Amino acid sequence: MARKLNLRIWRGDATDGGLKDVQVDVNEGEVVLDVIHRVQATQMGDLAVRWNCKAGKCGSCSMEINGKPRLACMTQVASFDEDETITVTPLRAFPVIKDLVTDVSFNYKKAMEIPAYEHPKELAPGEARMEQVDVERSQEFRKCIECFLCQNTCHVIRDHEENKKSFAGPRFFIRIAELDMHPLDKLKNRKRTAQEEHGLGMCNITKCCTEVCPEHIKITDNAIIPMKERVVDIKYDPARMFAGLLKREKRN
Amino acid sequence: MSGVFSPTRAKIKERTLRTDKWWLEPAITFGVLFSFVIYATFRAFEGANYYKDHLISPFYSPCLSQACVPEATLFGWTPVSAEIFNFALSPALIILIFPLGFRMTCYYYRKAYYRSFWLSPPACAVAEPHTKYTGETRAPLIFQNAHRWFFYAGLVFNVFLTYDAIISFKNVDGQWGHMSLGSLVLLVSSTLLWMYSLSCHTCRHTVGGRLKHFSKHPVRYKLWTLVSALNHKHQQFAWFSLAAVAFADIYVRQVATGAWTNFYFF
Amino acid sequence: MTLERHKYDVLVIGAGGAGLRAAVEAREAGLSVAIICKSLFGKAHTVMAEGGAAASMGNVNDNDNWMVHFRDTMRGGKFLNHYRMAELHAKEAPDRIWELETWGALFDRTKEGKISQRNFGGHEYPRLAHVGDRTGLELIRTMQQKIVALQQADGREFGDMEAKMKVYAECTITEILKENGKIAGAYGYWRETGEEVLFEAPAVVIATGGVGKTFKITSNSWEGTGDGHALALKAGANLVDMEFLQFHPTGMVWPPSVRGILVTESVRGEGGILTNSLGERFMFKYIPDVFKDKYADNEAEADRWYEDQDNNRRPPELLPRDEVARAINSEVKAGRGTEHGGVYLDVSKRIPAEVIKKRLPSMWHQFYELAGVDITKEAMEVGPTCHYVMGGVEVEPDTAAAVGVPGLYAAGEVAGGMHGSNRLGGNSLTDLLVFGRRAGAGAADYVKSAGANPVSDATIKAAADRIEAPFSREGGENSYSLHAELQEVTHNLVGIIRTRTEIEEAIAKITDIRARSKNVAVAGGRKFNPGFHLAFDLDNMLLVAESTAKSALLREESRGGHTRDDFPGMNNQWRQVNHIASFDGNQVNIKAQPLPMLPKELFDLFDVHELEKYMTPEEIAKGGSN
Repeated sequence: MARKLNLRIWRGDATDGGLKDVQVDVNEGEVVLDVIHRVQATQMGDLAVRWNCKAGKCGSCSMEINGKPRLACMTQVASFDEDETITVTPLRAFPVIKDLVTDVSFNYKKAMEIPAYEHPKELAPGEARMEQVDVERSQEFRKCIECFLCQNTCHVIRDHEENKKSFAGPRFFIRIAELDMHPLDKLKNRKRTAQEEHGLGMCNITKCCTEVCPEHIKITDNAIIPMKERVVDIKYDPARMFAGLLKREKRN
Repeated sequence: MSGVFSPTRAKIKERTLRTDKWWLEPAITFGVLFSFVIYATFRAFEGANYYKDHLISPFYSPCLSQACVPEATLFGWTPVSAEIFNFALSPALIILIFPLGFRMTCYYYRKAYYRSFWLSPPACAVAEPHTKYTGETRAPLIFQNAHRWFFYAGLVFNVFLTYDAIISFKNVDGQWGHMSLGSLVLLVSSTLLWMYSLSCHTCRHTVGGRLKHFSKHPVRYKLWTLVSALNHKHQQFAWFSLAAVAFADIYVRQVATGAWTNFYFF
Repeated sequence: MTLERHKYDVLVIGAGGAGLRAAVEAREAGLSVAIICKSLFGKAHTVMAEGGAAASMGNVNDNDNWMVHFRDTMRGGKFLNHYRMAELHAKEAPDRIWELETWGALFDRTKEGKISQRNFGGHEYPRLAHVGDRTGLELIRTMQQKIVALQQADGREFGDMEAKMKVYAECTITEILKENGKIAGAYGYWRETGEEVLFEAPAVVIATGGVGKTFKITSNSWEGTGDGHALALKAGANLVDMEFLQFHPTGMVWPPSVRGILVTESVRGEGGILTNSLGERFMFKYIPDVFKDKYADNEAEADRWYEDQDNNRRPPELLPRDEVARAINSEVKAGRGTEHGGVYLDVSKRIPAEVIKKRLPSMWHQFYELAGVDITKEAMEVGPTCHYVMGGVEVEPDTAAAVGVPGLYAAGEVAGGMHGSNRLGGNSLTDLLVFGRRAGAGAADYVKSAGANPVSDATIKAAADRIEAPFSREGGENSYSLHAELQEVTHNLVGIIRTRTEIEEAIAKITDIRARSKNVAVAGGRKFNPGFHLAFDLDNMLLVAESTAKSALLREESRGGHTRDDFPGMNNQWRQVNHIASFDGNQVNIKAQPLPMLPKELFDLFDVHELEKYMTPEEIAKGGSN
């Protein structure tokens, strides 16, 4: 029951490129990645696209489909009108390498800047006890598949290249939140560094990260805003301000 | 060229390739919020038509100015003079900063107006027009961190407005046990304000979100779960409560000017 | 242009669970480590593991211990396992899981706050540590973050976070280099630019995972092209037991966008049942004699088991994977399958929707989003999908050193021996950790005693010539169509059910495809060119397919992941040998090699009557090797 689909694919590299129209067969139940693979196997043998699991679990096939940041393996062709042209482009917040593949090394650099988990020294392996209710918040953030769609859609860096150096991005705000809410993590100053080093204050909570998250992690409501509130706790809280506690906080 | 047109990015000339009506939501938000601001400004400066027969407009409560209609004051407590530097000060202007500040710094409204008024960004994956962006890291936007202060103030206001709603269960002669459309309007608006405040992110943080170990604080965990459930609907409460407050004010004004007659159920 | 060169003490090829664990161990031993991944860091196939990691911590049932786990593993592998690997695995798995917790992993908890453990096919007690149904992701992320932690420590010490350990992403290794008969490094190219790169290192750990892409229907991603298997073969190492492939019994067969994707065994563990097109719950017909006393033979008892596990036998849906796969295959062949060639797996009628979403969140979400299938409302259509290769590089159990090649190590799916003829679900995640760590330690010890082994220019030249070849040909074969042809051959002729004539046909066809693959030409430039990448992957898959087909031809019995229609039963004589594949530069050769006998203390862990099902009377009479 194959039908023809009009597909418009961005092809090119850092120097130049543009949208190319192709017609390709599509079968019932297929996703955009299936169709791209068919183009690759039959019409454009050197079409570059990243993918791995084709099951929405690895977060490799991030691209923009009709202008929206999405996973190609999770976007059903049937979700578009039959006569609609589907436009696929590489992520637009990162440098393009070739065709649909971008250089996402920014994210790995940021990952290395977030201070690691610090386990209590007195707890030997196997001795840790944690309640399910205490790990659940962090577990939500650990669902992250690192597709970097949230990073890509965040206007702080998408629209302002110069902010990349001072802004970790939503993916790493959930990492910070995960560690700050981890029942056993010993590192003290995550809130302060989130604000002062990782650019939490740059976020103006417009929630695009949450909108594009394929794992449906409530990035803004459950991680970024709680972290902003935790920062308020140590820097701007009225009660503590009057009680002079903020100064003491600063020394920690 | 910056942003999506930076030299290293894929060369695409469109600001966005989105094909859906992404502009609709910010356009509506802009329209509604802008209308409210115009109306609220007009009402705040009007300095009249805010009280009639035990109905007080939420824009003017608590009424703290010596200019206030005596019945509208809190037991006649009027610590603020009617004029400042020979300028007749509307009683609303003294207090409006608090509910206004609460909404201005609210995490939901921030999203709404950053998108619709400031186009930063207008919608997801739509390039914004600004060339520089520093977010909420410096003045004036660093002031957003004062949300908690306004949250506390908002709770106090909710108490006043609830008191106003209770007072409204009187007839024209001041006898208790009567209910009018006006009392219903004030009751709905004060209830929605409570929901708006209680569903707020700061509230969620304060009741339990700040804890590291829920298991050691079962009561606060329970509260946090409840507030979290409300918090999912914070956006809805933000709009409904805004509409309800605006309508309560309109209703009181219409009754006060005599355009409408307050309808008594019993 | 000058060749890009890097020098390290230990080179880890593959950044899945085993590779990362090896890298951590080698770095903690004080050595410099390069980690090479074919895709981006953190995308490895390990993230697909859903069910959990088997370790006898005894958190849920304190009767569990390493001996019970060891017995389960040996039974699952039909006693073809290398006993020492199964023993080390069972003993060390709990420590490896607990260690992850000290690195920040957050497993689901029991009421007492310990790591929760769940039931799984072939495991006597609830044994799988898990995080919902994304345990593999948790493992990868934890180790990824552990590596960052080590890099941060290096940053504090050396002023450069990548001074001693660096991840090289999107790099394909085409050759493992040797000098003087010992490992000297590896050669490859950047997928991004197509440019070549040399890594010099006296020790190489291969941790490249599986071979699923050799087959048409598979749960494996594009990376599962048997690179490590082929690299090791070409470097002079052996592959053991390549005829044993695990076909996961329940892969989605419909709709096409999710074909091959696994439906985790937990769906059955939580109460999912298998029915054919007649609506029969058919698994009761397929309980083998060896399992009669452990599995319920009627629905009533099977259903009671979910409530009371001590007094009832388990439902037959929880039989080991090969049994379930074979049962489904038989039903489909008998004409009782669905129209798409599968059977129904239904969890919706027995468990409330909310509970399904809570216990199997990613399963629900995945099928709903990928294919519009709501598993809380409808049955899934499932059938066998190529999932895991038991066979792999022959290694010394204690060090994970590849037999015959000094400096070469292998761990994880690419290594053979641990799982025998069939792997139990949940054992691979702990296999990665246990042997990943041992490989890292083994490599570190080797480097400390052996020292550097520089690569000669001649070796580099040979490796470089090989990469350049496909570009210099014109109008040759298309790698995509050769790959499709190979998948068709393996799927039809050396798939889940095999016969002599079909295997012989497969060998002939594989030989033919290999001859034609020498002619593969590549269109386009070197920069991120998937056609070029596939040309190398194809070469690897061909070697793997040849090893599998030739081993399968020799083994005239059915056992675990190897089913011969012409030799349907298990034969205790055949249990005494492994098949060892080696490569002479032209073709793969297979020899039979005696399996080491269980030592007495392990032999005695079993009831003799159980061993009689697997061993010859002479072996039983010996009662173990010492």
